Amino acid sequence: MKRYSVFAVAREALRHHAGWRRAWESPAPERRYDAVIVGAGGHGLASAYYLGKNHGITNVAVLEKGWLGGGNTGRNTTIIRSNYLQDASAAIYEKARALYETLSQELNYNVMFSPRGVMMLAQTQHEVRGYRRTAHANALQGVSTRFIDPQEVKRLCPIMSIEGPRYPVLGALWQSRGGTARHDAVAWGYARACSEMGMHVIENCEVTGIRTEDGEVAGVSTTHGEIDCGKLGVVVAGHSGRLAAMAGFRLPVESVALQALVSEPIKPCMDVVVMANTVHGYMSQSDKGEMVIGGGADGFNNYTQRGSFHHIEETVRALCETFPIISRLKMLRQWGGIVDMTGDRSPILSKTPVRNLFFNCGWGTGGFKAIPGSGWGFAELMARGGSPLCDEFSLGRFREGRFIDESVAAGVAH
Amino acid sequence: MLTLECPYCGVVAEETEFSPGGEAHLRREGPDSGEEAFAAYLFERENPAGVHFERWRHSSGCGKWFHAARNTVTLEVYGTYPAQTFEPPEDIRRRISERVPGWSWREFS
Repeated sequence: MKRYSVFAVAREALRHHAGWRRAWESPAPERRYDAVIVGAGGHGLASAYYLGKNHGITNVAVLEKGWLGGGNTGRNTTIIRSNYLQDASAAIYEKARALYETLSQELNYNVMFSPRGVMMLAQTQHEVRGYRRTAHANALQGVSTRFIDPQEVKRLCPIMSIEGPRYPVLGALWQSRGGTARHDAVAWGYARACSEMGMHVIENCEVTGIRTEDGEVAGVSTTHGEIDCGKLGVVVAGHSGRLAAMAGFRLPVESVALQALVSEPIKPCMDVVVMANTVHGYMSQSDKGEMVIGGGADGFNNYTQRGSFHHIEETVRALCETFPIISRLKMLRQWGGIVDMTGDRSPILSKTPVRNLFFNCGWGTGGFKAIPGSGWGFAELMARGGSPLCDEFSLGRFREGRFIDESVAAGVAH
Repeated sequence: MLTLECPYCGVVAEETEFSPGGEAHLRREGPDSGEEAFAAYLFERENPAGVHFERWRHSSGCGKWFHAARNTVTLEVYGTYPAQTFEPPEDIRRRISERVPGWSWREFS
């Protein structure tokens, strides 16, 4: 694989760009791998990457039923932050945020990480108290956040109306080192790095069954035939329940649709990410100039990748009050992704009742920001059977009552 | 947008008039049950891609809880029925079989 650099661009410019190679190979699957990851989204590819990089396991296949990064990795609003309340969450999300800072250099692939700052608006007294508490918790966790007053909110984001009669801005939790990244590039960059290590990234290969022998995973049945594996990692977000059923157990997960939408592109007017959890809306401006807007999730089980229109209406209605400037924008696209929600709104990175079968799921409405940390921890869990980043997020926490309750900390939007 | 019929008051309305309440036909484990069974009752869910049975509440209407048989992949609603039952009624199961031959959900089919 050739490194991408300014010299490579210059060299290719002189020969009509004929020398660029595919970023990742598409080999036919082999009969057996040491480890198989199901799901080539961000989390699956990052897991494979750190299996190779940190643990030297490179005889790995990543199986994807559709195209690479075509699920929730390509459907989120690309927000990266780590201002969580609970210690376990702060650890894994901050690990991810820190890895994002140098990810472009590490992967030699521009993921366009933009630490433009994330603010979570406090629009009720309850939220003011909640975010002050989070800021104190973050200080103890080594996560850099602070509570800012309405004037500073206005200074950071002048297009915001902070005196709205219904939802006045009373302050915000500000994480200056949060931001956004190019979501597709994260998947592509990891896939390219995995391919370089000799791993097989196999698209259009759907897993149709999980084979077990004596309570231990033996392999998977796929649309490309049988594949044996020593260890199996399942990283399939909204479809985790279906894969768990193939292995013979159930998960504390429900799949629902989460929607987002973007406006027509306009000139730069907002260089921070704003989340307004009271009204279930969050917004940032992409490099193309589109306002990227996300809302709340539907309340009922859904596998259709489209949600109910009234959620869009509620989100936009509320945001128009805080951002009067957007009231006449035309919306260009709207889409939905199937997110896997757990009861405590925290992920599951865990061993399962089947030996050598691991699940990484339950990221719900906020998985993109966690991709590098999730991959880092999950690879360690698969390679060594345990990981300081993952151990708190085991399946057993539900039975034992060790919830990592983030639905209160994060409101609804993650 | 889903359209549901409340089996109590007969109102046919869009989903904004109702509130979803999660999986139907959960049997509460009693004090004699084991830890595993109680954890399964509390947390583990079918979460199927296909035929599903759910609780809904007519929250902006008569306020009563009822059950709905619905498909999570096609969003088709097979019917709604009162909540005072441990299993889906025969006519709704027959209607599902016409649309999805060979379906099963927990012990029902």
